[in-house]
Amino acid sequence: MHPILKMVAQRVALGLLLLLAVSLLIFLGTEALPGDVAQAILGQSATPEALANMREALGLNQPAYIRYFQWLGGILTGDFGVALTNGQDIGQAIGQRLGNTLFLAACAAAISVPLAILLGLVAARYNGRWPDKVISGITLSTISLPEFVAAYFVIFLLTQVIPIFQPVAMVFPGMSFLDRLQAVALPVIVLVLVVLAHMMRMTRAAILNVMQSAYIETAELKGLSPMRVIWQHAFPNAIAPIISVVVLNLAYLVVGVVVVEVVFGYNALGQYLVDHVAKRDLPVVQAVGLIFAAVYIGLNILADVISIIANPRLRHPK
Amino acid sequence: MNAEFDYMLKRTVRGVMSRREFMGRASAMGISAAMASTLLASAARAEGPVKGGVLKAGVSGGESTNSLDPAVAASPAPFAVSMLWGEMLVIVNEKGEVDPRIAEEISSNADATEWKFKIRSGVEFHDGKTVTAEDVVATLKRHTDEKAQSGALGIVQGISEMMAEGDMVTLKLASANADLPFLLADYHLQIQPGGGYDNPNAGIGAGPYKVVSFEPGVRAVFERHANYFDSSIGHADGAEILVINDNTARTAALQSGQVHMINRVDPKIVELLKGMPGMSIERAAGRGHYVFIMHADTAPFDNNDLRMALKYAINRQEMVDKILGGFGSVGNDFPINAAYPYFDASIPQREFDLAKAAEHYKKSGHDGSPIILRTAPGAFPGAVEAAQLFQQSAAAAGIPLEVKVEPDDGYWSNVWNVEPFCASYWGGRPVQDQMYSTAYASTADWNDTRFKNARFDELLVAARGELDGEKRKAMYSEMAYLVRDEGGLICPMFNEFVEARREEVGGWFVDPTHELMNGRALAKCWLTA
Repeated sequence: MHPILKMVAQRVALGLLLLLAVSLLIFLGTEALPGDVAQAILGQSATPEALANMREALGLNQPAYIRYFQWLGGILTGDFGVALTNGQDIGQAIGQRLGNTLFLAACAAAISVPLAILLGLVAARYNGRWPDKVISGITLSTISLPEFVAAYFVIFLLTQVIPIFQPVAMVFPGMSFLDRLQAVALPVIVLVLVVLAHMMRMTRAAILNVMQSAYIETAELKGLSPMRVIWQHAFPNAIAPIISVVVLNLAYLVVGVVVVEVVFGYNALGQYLVDHVAKRDLPVVQAVGLIFAAVYIGLNILADVISIIANPRLRHPK
Repeated sequence: MNAEFDYMLKRTVRGVMSRREFMGRASAMGISAAMASTLLASAARAEGPVKGGVLKAGVSGGESTNSLDPAVAASPAPFAVSMLWGEMLVIVNEKGEVDPRIAEEISSNADATEWKFKIRSGVEFHDGKTVTAEDVVATLKRHTDEKAQSGALGIVQGISEMMAEGDMVTLKLASANADLPFLLADYHLQIQPGGGYDNPNAGIGAGPYKVVSFEPGVRAVFERHANYFDSSIGHADGAEILVINDNTARTAALQSGQVHMINRVDPKIVELLKGMPGMSIERAAGRGHYVFIMHADTAPFDNNDLRMALKYAINRQEMVDKILGGFGSVGNDFPINAAYPYFDASIPQREFDLAKAAEHYKKSGHDGSPIILRTAPGAFPGAVEAAQLFQQSAAAAGIPLEVKVEPDDGYWSNVWNVEPFCASYWGGRPVQDQMYSTAYASTADWNDTRFKNARFDELLVAARGELDGEKRKAMYSEMAYLVRDEGGLICPMFNEFVEARREEVGGWFVDPTHELMNGRALAKCWLTA
């Protein structure tokens, strides 16, 4: 077997094992939440009889480990079950919202990743001079803003001062692609502002690190233009750390944007998860948690594989 | 009013002249802004509704855990949704009276133990079926089933027998209740075909709008029910409810015109919104109130002097000003205000009196150890700040209150109705009997002040069956005094519904029954432009 294939298979197997451990952690975590599902669903207006009935109906009287294995068995057969709170099929609801999450993440990534790398290259090229300082200054200040402040700022600027976008970013089945792009414009802007700096700084640092090498000096002495040296000689050797930080940010765009979703009323997975946590809807919380974990682990495996492929020494181990 | 003013009024109503210009000219003619605004509103109503368009509301208080089952609706978004697709036997109108809806006529026997509801003929469900007396009985029956988890369980449990005969529904009660029609106006009791047994989540009812699509916690889309029995409401061709829980985004959505009306305007920004062109703030003084509750059977709160000390040590006006931003009124330590029928306005207002507080505290013989008041951000909006204000004013009377902030998570299961002293809220009920039966009768599950008073219980039952208004009012007055002077309830304030709409929304009026004109704003208003 080709060593790369073998390595990929190993990583995937490890990832699955990790996922199993995560599923157990998620289950234990939700068990440890204060209050119980029945009370959380019925709220302030719950009578003791209604509570007892609800617990019975939800199967909460069974021991935790039995519920865990029942749930795990369901997931493995593709059955996420139904939400305790409103009886909706979880798989279906998650499917739609996962699509929305990925759409938002993809839009934000499509803008932020090339932009961050480009800015990183430019900053490295003009290291220590004004373009570097301007780029670093701006991106560092946007990352320092809490997400909801950035969100309120763009809402104010782009719906009130210059009314070109809508503050509420909900998307619905049947909307055209352009309408969707229009709807998610504001959250995308906010997410780009938030993730830009991290990737930009890492690109810059990785390039500058490589720029110390002897072969760069050779390239410069050959009389190549600075941008060409960076692009053709430095960048390919700096790609591994850049890829890992890009992937880390992609994972963040998928699993960590609940604040932005809530502010813009964007109907994606994060908000769905938080609503169900508040109502102790364990099947939903566990399913979404597992999906988030899978995305995270999957992207990390991807980062590993890409950096190995990008590195000849790892690609051809002795 | 002169002819020129009338002319201006008409032009403004038709949208030829802007509201701003109208107000400017009116003030030039010496008419106060408040007066001009009132005249404009009544002129707009007189002009009559405009048909067509799609009205949209941005609503706070929806979760992706919601469903279309009216029995389990609890937060504002599912409430507003069910009030659009659903229709009840009766509804409580803006004057606090019962209006017939699916029931055309209501009558009872002399001692209010048997009620008859004549079902209006030709009312149609969205699936084309006609509403029958059997549907009504089946609906009420479904809510009596504990498995339905209905918020109206307590109401329908009091009905011992339900019968459908022809177009007549007969309800026999276990004990007399003169308020039954008010209770049946509870928003959980939307009449469903076959009682909703087949699929409680179907969203099929007899209301003014049909559900086209529903995504919990996101959006509900409606189209007009063409065969709705009452042509006086349901003006827009379509309606939408968007769930926008974030205050800033909801306000921005209103300003940018993405929605036409929003609920729950943050009191802090009311003044800012008022100054904007094309915006109108709507207030309705309802029955909801924010409370601090003591368990009257648990030390140290089992001492009435200590309870009185705390009642005198709270600065109610300051709470209304600072916590409600002035959008509310002071409470008087019983859960009833002027929005209720049979309210006794002559009961003296309890004032903030540090000297009396200190005197009662001394008399209580309390050992001076800290009295723990539990609160949480979600107990009511501003509950943490309100508790801190309470702590400050109590400290001035020498009462050592200690505020303990609890997490929102699990507050209603671990703190409320468990801990002896905490912050909470009540949404109010349409009639006094229901409010008292729910939370102040000795045997009530939600007696969250552990108030147990034999005389009170006796009056409660007697008033329920009393058809003579004067006698009933006197009984409720005596009960109010009992709760006020002996109970464990500290009720500093009644909150108002503060909502906002755009100027192009016509037909808005104040309905204190519930928020967004008792959930019917989208059906009763229209788009003028």
